[in-house]
Formats: sequence, C-alpha cells, structure tokens
Amino acid sequence: MSDKHNAGDVPTTGHVWDDDLGDYINQPPKWWMLGLTASAIWVVVYWIFYPSIPLSNGGSFFPGVGGWTAIKEMEADKSVVDEVRGKYEAKLKDMTPAAILADGDLTEYVTRSGKVLFGDNCAACHGQNGVGTKDKQGLFAPILNDDDWLFGGKIDDIHTTIVGGRQGMMMAHKDMLSPEEVDTLANAVAAGTPTATPLFTDKGCVACHGADGKGMQAMGSANLTDSVWRFDSSVEGIKYTINNGVNAGTPETRVAVMPAFQGAKLSDAEIKKLAVYVYKFGGGQADAQVAPAAQ
Amino acid sequence: MNQEVKKEEVPQQEAGEVTTIYREFETWTVNMGDKTIHAKRMSGFFRTFKDRAQLALWLPFFLFPYVRWNGKQAILFDIDHRQFHFFNLTVLPQDIWMLSLILLVAAMTLFAVTSVASRVWCGYFCFQTAWTDWFTWIEEKIEGNPTARRKLETAPWDADKIKKKGLKHMAWAALALLTGISFSIWFVDAFDYWNSLIHLQLPLVGWVTLFAFFAGTYILAGLLREQTCIWLCPYARIQAVMSDAQTIMPTYDYTRGEPRGKIRRGAEVVAPQGDCIDCFQCVQVCPTGVDIRNGQQLGCITCGLCIDACDSIMDKIGKPQGLIRYASLDELDGKPAKKMYQHPRTLVYIGIITLALGGIVWGLTHLGSMTLKIMHERQPLYVSMSDGSIQNKYDFKLLNKTDKDFQVKVTAEGGIKDQIIIGAEHEPVIHHGRGTSFTIFVKAPGKFANKDVTPIQFRVESVNDPMVFAEYTSQFYAPKK
Repeated sequence: MSDKHNAGDVPTTGHVWDDDLGDYINQPPKWWMLGLTASAIWVVVYWIFYPSIPLSNGGSFFPGVGGWTAIKEMEADKSVVDEVRGKYEAKLKDMTPAAILADGDLTEYVTRSGKVLFGDNCAACHGQNGVGTKDKQGLFAPILNDDDWLFGGKIDDIHTTIVGGRQGMMMAHKDMLSPEEVDTLANAVAAGTPTATPLFTDKGCVACHGADGKGMQAMGSANLTDSVWRFDSSVEGIKYTINNGVNAGTPETRVAVMPAFQGAKLSDAEIKKLAVYVYKFGGGQADAQVAPAAQ
Repeated sequence: MNQEVKKEEVPQQEAGEVTTIYREFETWTVNMGDKTIHAKRMSGFFRTFKDRAQLALWLPFFLFPYVRWNGKQAILFDIDHRQFHFFNLTVLPQDIWMLSLILLVAAMTLFAVTSVASRVWCGYFCFQTAWTDWFTWIEEKIEGNPTARRKLETAPWDADKIKKKGLKHMAWAALALLTGISFSIWFVDAFDYWNSLIHLQLPLVGWVTLFAFFAGTYILAGLLREQTCIWLCPYARIQAVMSDAQTIMPTYDYTRGEPRGKIRRGAEVVAPQGDCIDCFQCVQVCPTGVDIRNGQQLGCITCGLCIDACDSIMDKIGKPQGLIRYASLDELDGKPAKKMYQHPRTLVYIGIITLALGGIVWGLTHLGSMTLKIMHERQPLYVSMSDGSIQNKYDFKLLNKTDKDFQVKVTAEGGIKDQIIIGAEHEPVIHHGRGTSFTIFVKAPGKFANKDVTPIQFRVESVNDPMVFAEYTSQFYAPKK
C-alpha cells in the first residue's frame, strides 16, 4: 500500500532550513489520495441527497432529493415502537377494564407502559406514582396507593371516576353549629370515634357520613373512622372543614374536584389503561374479596 | 566497522547500552513483504509436532459443530436466542461473566507458556500460522518446491502458469470458504446452515459473516502470511516482553557456531572455525524469513523448523546436533538454570489461572435454576392504609433457567410481625428462557413497624420442586417514629 521511495530518488522543494533540512515533493500515498477523493464525492452526494443549501426567501432551504426530514425519521422510529405495542393495544381495545386486569400479560403491559399516560394526565394533581400532592389545606389530591377510596376502589369504580370526574361536597356548617359544637365534633372525629358524640346524629352528619361514620361510597363522603385523611387531620383542620365545607361555594371552602377525562382528553382505551394502572398501585379492591395468603 | 565484526558482537550485547542497541539496529533487515517468502519444507521432529499440534487444535474447529447431543447441536453459541449450549449445559447471558474468566485463563495460559517456552502458541497452534502452513502446503503441491515457485513467479503468463496459479487460488478459496462455513456453524445449527447455504437462503448477517471469514482467511493466510505476524498481530509484540533470560526458545549457539564458514573439503584448516557452515538451511526453511543466527527477534514465531534443518545438516557433516536448539540466554552464557520457584512471574501467572479456573468451576456448579431480583418501589416507599397498617410494594423479576415453565410461591423471613404477602396467591407461572416479573405487596400492622427500615428476605420456590428456589433480601420501609 505504501509507495516507497528511497530518500535520494525524490527531488526536494529546494528550500533548505538549518543547513540540512529539505522538503521532499513526494506524492501522498495512493490510498490516501483515493480516500480524499472518495470523501469529496461523498460530500457532494450527501449535499444533494439531504437538506443542505439555505435559500434567501425567508428561512427556506433546498430539501434534498432524498426527501429526508427529522419528523419522518422520528415517525419511522415511532412505528417500530407502535408495532411492539400494537398487538396489546388491539387486544385491550374491546376488553373491559376488569378483563384486562384478569389477563396477566396485558396487566403487565399496562403497568409497564402506563407511566407516561399517568405522568401526562394524572400526576399533576395525584403526584408521580399516585403518592398524592399536598397544599396548605392538607392533601390537594388523594393518594392513590392506599386502600381508602371515597368513590370506590373496585376496577369499575376507578374507571367511572376517570370517565366522569368527581366532585366532593360538604356544606359549610359555621352558621348552623355553635363553636362549641364544632369543637366537640372535631375532637370526636380526630379521635376516630365520630359517633361518640350525640351531636353526630343530632346535627345531621349521619346523613352523609353514615350511622357508623364510615362514609358512603355513592356520595363520596369520607370514612371518618379510619386513619387515612382527605384533608388536614389536626383538630384545627377538622374544625376548618366542618365550618367551611367542601366545594361549598365560598372563598374559604375546601376544594376537591377531579375533571372528567372522557372525550377530548383521553381515548376510551387510555382511560381503561389508566384505571388498571391506578388499580395496580396497590389499593385496588377485588370484586370478590380474595383472602390474602398469610405468611 | 565491517560486517564480520558486527555479526560476532551482536549476540554478546549487554542489554540497555544505547550504543549496542543502535549497533544491532544496523544489522536489522525489516521484512516489508516486498518478496514472497518461499520456505522449504523439511521433515523432522518439530515439523511433525507442528503438523500434529495444528490438526489437534483446529480439526475440532471444523468437525465439532456436527456433533449432536440429545437431538440438538452439542456446542452452540445461539446468538439469536441468547443462549449457549454445551452438551447438557445451557448458559444464559446472565452467567456470561464466566466467559471473562475463560478469556482470562486463555490469556494467562498464553502468558505462562510464553514466559517458560516463548511463543509456543505462535509456532504450533495459532490459526494464522496453521492456516498459512496449510496454504503453503497447497501451494507446494500445485506449484512445486520453492525453487520452482520462484521461477514460476518471474515466468511469463503462459498456459502452464495460468493453470497452476488458477488451480492454487481455487484450492485456497475452497479452504477459505470451508473456514468461513465452519466458523458460522458454531453460532447456528450446522445442518440448518448447510441447508440454507445450498439453497442460497442465508440471512444477510450470515452472508456477511461468511464473506468476512472467507476473505479474511484468503487474504491473511494466502497473501499476507508472515506480514500478519510481523505487522498486524498485537500478541507478537506483547509476547516479546514476557520472555526473559530464562525463557527457552529456538536459539543459535553462537559460542559453538562462530566463526562460521564453509567447509572446504581437503583444505588446510588455517583459522579456527565454528560448527556453522553458513549453509543457510535455517533461513530457507523459516516461514517468516528470519535468520535465527541474528538472535532473538520479532519475526521469529519459534516454530522450531530451523532446528530440524540444522540438525539434519549437522548429521551430514558429522557434528553433534543442537547447534540451533531450544535454549535460554542464560544457558548460552553458561549461567545455571533457575529453579521453577525462582521464576516468580510464571508462578503469578499460574496462580491467576488457578483462581480463574476455580471461579469457572464455581460458576458452572452454581448456575442454579432460577435467579431472583427484587426492586423495592422507590416512590412511595410505603403507604399508610386505612386500617393503620403499612404497605410496601416490590417488583419481582425472575429468570427461569430450566427448560420448563413452572409455578412459584412466595414466602418471606424477617420483616414485620404479622405481615401478609399479597400478590402471589395465584402462584404465578415463571416462563422458561425469559424473564418474568410480577408485583408483590407486603402489608404489616403499623404498631409493629417500629423501625423505618427492616430487612426482609424473600424466598421464591417452585410449587412442584422445593429445590428450585431463589432468595433475595430487600427492605421493608415504614414511617419514622
């Protein structure tokens, strides 16, 4: 590959430095010249094939004869991903959320791929992985990992919640109850025993929270006896909730609103996937209670 | 300084002296591949040894892929399915760390052997020298002995030359093709491969591999030959630093051979003369074209063929054999040979080999049937449930290394009192040959969860066979109290 010449055979440029340093006028090796020429040809071909020459009329450019664009390349890459997902998506399109949940492979697919969907649509309020978000009133949006559900934790309940959204409601009681009554009730609720005071029945709390104080799923009223709290769980916080209500139409009231996601926001399939994804956070309730295996 | 003096003084140089390094430099001839080396083939001990060693190592390369075992190929590096089959053993990518130990053993064996007996690998076993040897053997069968070959090279392109050259290159191409095929069938089923090849239905990667190894063999063994050893091969250079004064290698005994000179029958002996009669047989048989009488050098692959040549000449002139022989520099200088334990470098190499072999044996006997990895959910670390209990979430990843699917049950030791495991009640199926994952929840009463982190050891075992199991220690997180 080398084009060898003996030192004496090649003339120099004639310029001599430091008494004896000359500069041979050797040709570069053939392989090197071939490489250089090939690179030059490559550049020209590339230049014609791909978008290259900027034109003067307002940001326009020569698009190249190959028709390459970054968007097309992205679409091509995306189609590879869609192909992998396609078989699962086609299958779950016509299935009920409960049927998806019963299918191990599909559940696996949903729990692995649902993160983006949840992150884009739900995490803003419910937090990444459904850990809930807080504001100064306590929880801004409920934790989705636990087993306490205001509107039901079965797969179809979760699905209904995402489809239609939910709105909490509780009247403001500051004009109906005396501060002492509020204080008594708040203390009873904070202790986890709301029914301990007769005020619970007398003042109508039972209407929504039930005779046992465990709430009613149909209304979304909170269970006042468990250890999961929708709002501030201190006595002061509970007093605030009793006084100002939830979504009671005043500026002070507590706010608990989840928008509906069906229609413009999410497709049916996406809602089904999200229902399964949320269910699998760990709090989902089985339709028929399966006795958990003891250790 | 005249030529004679140089030749005498070169072997006696003291290492590290700048002047002697440059003096040696003047006598170097650098083989740039300008002329094809046509080495003479002479029979002898090392010729036979080289022939047999080459065949012993490389015949299995051609034949092993056809060995069947339980209806499957006995040794198959199944890249498509990411499995390595070795008779009854199946190694999955997770155990590939053993490959690094195998490579370590190979490298250290090369080092150890080289430090004791110089480039044994190069001379007798290396695919480059083996294939080159076979290619030149074909050349000799078709074109004749070295003299005839040199003549043919300068001859005009007549029918005879075209016939001989064409035949030779076809034979070379056939061997190169067989090499490419034999390489490929270590990675795909041999009989399937031949079937696809004959029907010209190999996948693109198959054609590229075949062509690469066909062209590689043809160019490296047919055209480049010793140039590969001198200019391309990194091991040639690396091995040079592993030999020292105690390393034995084919060496010209200059104390006995010099001053060299032709024997003149019946002539008066006017000057003292060594045993070397300057017959150049050692140079003519050398496959890399070096003159061993110049001493240890990069071009020498220590194949011992010059020893065979010299011994046959010594027999003819009635001198004892061994003017060129396996000897160390110390031996030539009359220093006593060192004991094995005085050669610490070799002992270190052997030590590393032993450790690595131990690792491989341990790995092969502890392959296991199942591996388990558990990742604790990072967010949230724990969930407070409505009944006051604490729930943790774990992502189980299992790899079933057996060849059957089976169901598993999940148990745990440690953790929190009265904890329950949720999520494996249905005894999930673990598919063979690929990963399976599922989610497990552990729920424990909050009153017992007193520490923020408690170790918990999970055990996953096959429902049918309790010996097929895997364990993994994770943590149970609870609120700080």
